Amino acid sequence: MNLKLTVWRQSGPGTQGRFETYQATDISEHASFLEMLDVVNTELTREGEEPIAFEHDCREGICGSCGMMINGVPHGPSSRVSVCQLHMREFRDGEEILIEPWRASAFPVLKDLVVDRGAFDRIIDAGGFISVRTGSAPDANALAIEKDLADHVMDAATCIGCGACVAACPNASAMLFTSAKVEHLNKLPQGQPERDARALDMVAQHDAEGFGNCTNHGACQTACPKGISVDFIADLNRDLMKATWAEAGREARVGD
Amino acid sequence: MELDAKIPSGPIAEKWDKHRFDMNLVNPANKRKYDVIIVGTGLAGASAAATMGELGYKVKCFTFHDSARRAHSIAAQGGINAAKNYQGDGDSVFRLFYDTVKGGDFRSREANVYRLAQLSLNIIDQAVAQGVPFAREYGGLLANRSFGGAQVSRTFYARGQTGQQLLLGAYQALKRQVAEGNVELHTRSEMLDLVVVDGVAQGIVTRDLVSGKIESHAGHAVVLGTGGYSNVFYLSTNAMGCNVTATWRACKRGAGFANPCFTQIHPTCIPPSGDYQSKLTLMSESLRNDGRIWVPDDADDKRPPGKIPEEERDYYLERYYPSFGNLAPRDIASRRAKEMVDKGHGVGPKENGVYLDFKHALEREGRQTITDRYGNLFEMYEKITGEDPYQTPMRIYPAPHYTMGGLWVDYNLQSTIPGLFVIGEANFSDHGANRLGASALMQGLADGYFVIPMTIGNYLAELPREPVSSDQTAFDQVEQEVENRADRLLSVNGNKSADDFHIELGRVMWEHCGMERTAAGLREALERIPEIRERFWKEVSVPGSGSSLNQSLEKAGRVADFLEFAEIMCWDALTRDESCGAHYRPEHVTDEGEAKRDDENFAHSAVWEFTGVGEEPARHTEPLTFDHVPLSQRSYK
Repeated sequence: MNLKLTVWRQSGPGTQGRFETYQATDISEHASFLEMLDVVNTELTREGEEPIAFEHDCREGICGSCGMMINGVPHGPSSRVSVCQLHMREFRDGEEILIEPWRASAFPVLKDLVVDRGAFDRIIDAGGFISVRTGSAPDANALAIEKDLADHVMDAATCIGCGACVAACPNASAMLFTSAKVEHLNKLPQGQPERDARALDMVAQHDAEGFGNCTNHGACQTACPKGISVDFIADLNRDLMKATWAEAGREARVGD
Repeated sequence: MELDAKIPSGPIAEKWDKHRFDMNLVNPANKRKYDVIIVGTGLAGASAAATMGELGYKVKCFTFHDSARRAHSIAAQGGINAAKNYQGDGDSVFRLFYDTVKGGDFRSREANVYRLAQLSLNIIDQAVAQGVPFAREYGGLLANRSFGGAQVSRTFYARGQTGQQLLLGAYQALKRQVAEGNVELHTRSEMLDLVVVDGVAQGIVTRDLVSGKIESHAGHAVVLGTGGYSNVFYLSTNAMGCNVTATWRACKRGAGFANPCFTQIHPTCIPPSGDYQSKLTLMSESLRNDGRIWVPDDADDKRPPGKIPEEERDYYLERYYPSFGNLAPRDIASRRAKEMVDKGHGVGPKENGVYLDFKHALEREGRQTITDRYGNLFEMYEKITGEDPYQTPMRIYPAPHYTMGGLWVDYNLQSTIPGLFVIGEANFSDHGANRLGASALMQGLADGYFVIPMTIGNYLAELPREPVSSDQTAFDQVEQEVENRADRLLSVNGNKSADDFHIELGRVMWEHCGMERTAAGLREALERIPEIRERFWKEVSVPGSGSSLNQSLEKAGRVADFLEFAEIMCWDALTRDESCGAHYRPEHVTDEGEAKRDDENFAHSAVWEFTGVGEEPARHTEPLTFDHVPLSQRSYK
């Protein structure tokens, strides 16, 4: 199949970008979207032109490196896939495709389709862990955990940190990402001692990074390649409220 | 090159304990005075950095990814082994040790493997305490499944995303140390060379992948956790960025490279569908628990699989290996699949696969159970192929997956360069000539959480507590070399992409140093590789500049290193004139068609010393002794 691509090109951070048009010719419908871009890039490289920069690594939908807006939709038209698992059979011969980087001020563009998602790492720094010293753990079966709970937290833990939720959200909120990590840990018995601090600190960091607030559009859930539910945001809000009251109580007592 | 494995004395079960007592400790107040450089943030690198940061060392950690969480450990699917014996089915530390030595076809070091089996217990405890959501049974206890090469159920898993969950656990532990200021994390920073001063590793030279800046970093010790080199084959299950650069650069600076020809071909991957193919996708080996592998009896049978009656199907693994059946080890399952396809029984549009069929399991267990076990794998298969494995069998074929070979290390995981330590897949230590499924995660985490934080202390305790600095001529010199190399790549101005050469190299390696290696084929490869390398340096096109984000430059540098490294792989395969594990020389087979070892001449690890690009490297050996697992012909019948 043959396609016409309109792609965002930007030479570096803070520089003025522009759209450029490319032809993708003789593409197999069995190729993945990124393999289609590889074909275009190989041609550009052979001609000595700079190929389109995009992030990618595992190409099996788990590392979370890849991500781009395809015709305005994060990861493109298929549901529950990241762009590396999107296949050209989802497109028509002759179709025009618009390709842009994630759009969010908290994810500045570094080059072409590559953005800086360091804000996600800093949200984890703020409390996305359980503090356990290496070697100090009790036997793994010492504590039984309900199967339903283990399965439920796995639904949150499956997040690949790709950023599609932010790109999809009209507020550029990262609440789906943040809630998935907070709730994965906050719902487990092992996560209880740091539960309140985790919710407060991670949300504070989320806000400090310049992500918007959640206003329950739900676009994130639709865009998420792992199908993470917005219910986790509701759970986070409950945790956040409880933690805020608890903290207010602690401060009041200290004030006495 | 001196190869002292430094195996502690005493009974095998007590060696690690005794060694931990014998080793020097660094006083907690003095740990701050030591800088440790860790390259790579996969399971091994992240767990090592987290633990050493926690212990109080000053850790600098590097990854070329945008985030430490994206290292390729993330893609491991099936599970992690541990000798917990939670199923009460007769497992023990000794059995895991035994299975691993035997599965590795007697080409690993017994003392290291025993320690690995012992530490497997602690890993599961650690991961659960971190909140890793392993699969559980209805009673709330941890669930297990079986994996190839074992007759007990000892594999812990988190759906088909075990690597992801374990890596996130290690990454989160690392991030806690970053937040506490104990670890300085450098993302988008690629190690391009090792700096050795007076024979001792003193630091690394990196390139900042956004600004292009070449930088030096000094440390009292350097730890490489930079993964394997399966991408030498171009098409493999590895992520696109996986490369040999860090370990090859270390080898060029004097570190011995052990058993580079021990590369594992994974039996259950989706067959390639066209020339544009950029990588191969693995389908977890755990699928072989319930899937049955077959091909049509009649090579000319072109009917769709559902129309081929039972009696006209050849369940060849069950036929050859009645006791292990579809769970035969990876090397054996891969070779038999190749044999079937070579004989013309291949299935699918390109006739390049065999069936992995869930029909019987679906009938026996019901769709819900199969979905619970493998749901995400079935989904992934359907996304890639457009075929629904609930309705029609999967098609699979072997693909390069893991490299048992790596930099040689002693019992302390120190390479032949003092101060350079190597962990995880990047070293050669524990899997011999074939790795059993679900053992890579185990080794990466054992090395990172439990081994290196102890053994590095012993090394550091003997060093003077003086600060190290990159303000030395040796660093300037290496920086200059790295810059010159980048400039050279940028100025070739040819008309081919680095991928064009990578594809060409991959074809040569797959054909001559892949699943089957003959002396004649290897000699041919050794003639062709230098020729491809020469053309690469004349014809490659690397557009853009060195002072900005330049993925073409990154890729070209990695391909250039593969083009040098590939030769020692072939030398190793050529001089190891026996078959063992995944190294299969058709000149050496048993009457039953299995790999035939030559223990008299090859019960050793071959360690290669770099002598110059294009020169025949020097071969050294570390003899292996088997006092606890008697040498025997592997049988999975």
